[in-house]
Amino acid sequence: MTLRPDGRKPHETREITAEAGVIKQADGSAKFKIGNTEAVAAVYGPQELHPRHLQNPKKGILRCSYNMLPFSGDGSRVRPGFSRRSEEISHVTTKALEPVVDLTEYPNSVVDVFIELTQTDAGSRCAGICAASMALADAGITMKDMVPAISVGKLNDTLVIDLDGEEEHLDENETPDIPVAMIPRSEEITLLQLDGIVTQQELLDGMSLVKESLHEIADLQRKALKKQYEGVVQE
Amino acid sequence: MGQVLVEDKEIVAPGQVIATGMDCIPGKGTYRDNEEIIASTLSIMTVDGNVFKGIPMNGRYVPQEGDRVIGRVKDILMSGWKIDLNSAYDAMLPLKNASFDYIERGSDLTKYFALEDYLSVKITGVTSQKLVDITAKGKGLRKLDEGRIIKVNPQKVPRLIGTRGSMISIIKKALDCNIFIGQNGYAWIRGEPEDEVKAIKAIRKIEREAHTAGLTERISEMLEA
Repeated sequence: MTLRPDGRKPHETREITAEAGVIKQADGSAKFKIGNTEAVAAVYGPQELHPRHLQNPKKGILRCSYNMLPFSGDGSRVRPGFSRRSEEISHVTTKALEPVVDLTEYPNSVVDVFIELTQTDAGSRCAGICAASMALADAGITMKDMVPAISVGKLNDTLVIDLDGEEEHLDENETPDIPVAMIPRSEEITLLQLDGIVTQQELLDGMSLVKESLHEIADLQRKALKKQYEGVVQE
Repeated sequence: MGQVLVEDKEIVAPGQVIATGMDCIPGKGTYRDNEEIIASTLSIMTVDGNVFKGIPMNGRYVPQEGDRVIGRVKDILMSGWKIDLNSAYDAMLPLKNASFDYIERGSDLTKYFALEDYLSVKITGVTSQKLVDITAKGKGLRKLDEGRIIKVNPQKVPRLIGTRGSMISIIKKALDCNIFIGQNGYAWIRGEPEDEVKAIKAIRKIEREAHTAGLTERISEMLEA
């Protein structure tokens, strides 16, 4: 029997498709699909920030909002809409993206990032961060680098990349699941969470395993951003 | 000697290495990380010798002194008008800059500019905190009556206007329309309704194909057809 239900190798991600400029009305937008998980992100701004007490006179602020659409899951796992979980993920997404964006040119303003999950099959916060960082770039925001994100987990004592929903529930207790976001150039980690139990060594091994995938995703994100401008003349 | 990794006019994305070597100079839309020059915005990279400059594909308008823009009256205050500039920052139009007439404090300001009016104005000052001062006094600055206002991508405005207005005058001549494109991405078009629609079509085409070569010819062809 193969280790993974869908026959993937341990270091293999699900199939990824990325597209930029999917929402014409937004200043920037992107869609990021990994396996059956699909995130759509739209960026508006920099724009006026209300309420005023949130304004920062030194630089603009980034405000992300993560939301699962009502039909996105299997109908039972998470109730879509506002929840403690979505609040938390909105917060960690903002923290994951903040280190790359430069909003010093926009004091007192806000850049709003809306992330909607149209389909979820595990790894939704990672897909959301990938889509959001592409949408920010598409909106013309100054960024040091892209921010790719993906999860690493442990299945039967083997470290594997990008758990899907089925794999997450294979273990009776819980499959250890570690979402990671990284700035590829400096290899600085901007998101690191952990569900389940792993040893220190496993965590370190997982981190080195995940880096390669993250670099690949960043290249894919950049490629998708440029692709929207190819062949516009022929129509 | 440095090494250049992109072609001139190539589209680059954030984090992409554009060139290596200490003799390369990072311009707008790029930054230096030790030996390397890196793109920091999704832009068209212009390579001028060893200077690299990115022209962004998208992005909101940031007010700049000297720009001629179109504003929308958002609110009327005691001492002037609050004007929306299609940007994160509103502008103040004080009484003394609004008209050549003497406007008495406390008089009915809607006589000059009412809510939702569009005006062509010039930015006279921007502070570090992006407080914007504008004037409606000057050549070509006035309330924009009739016609229609459309929104365009502010980053494409230079291409829409063209070198010394070359692109915009092609449309104006071909369609007998009055067109004013503000640096902030509001554009005003006035002519016969059919001509206005055609002008908008041409503007949308320029916006979409702004980064391609031979655009002027294609626009002329389109308007003659």
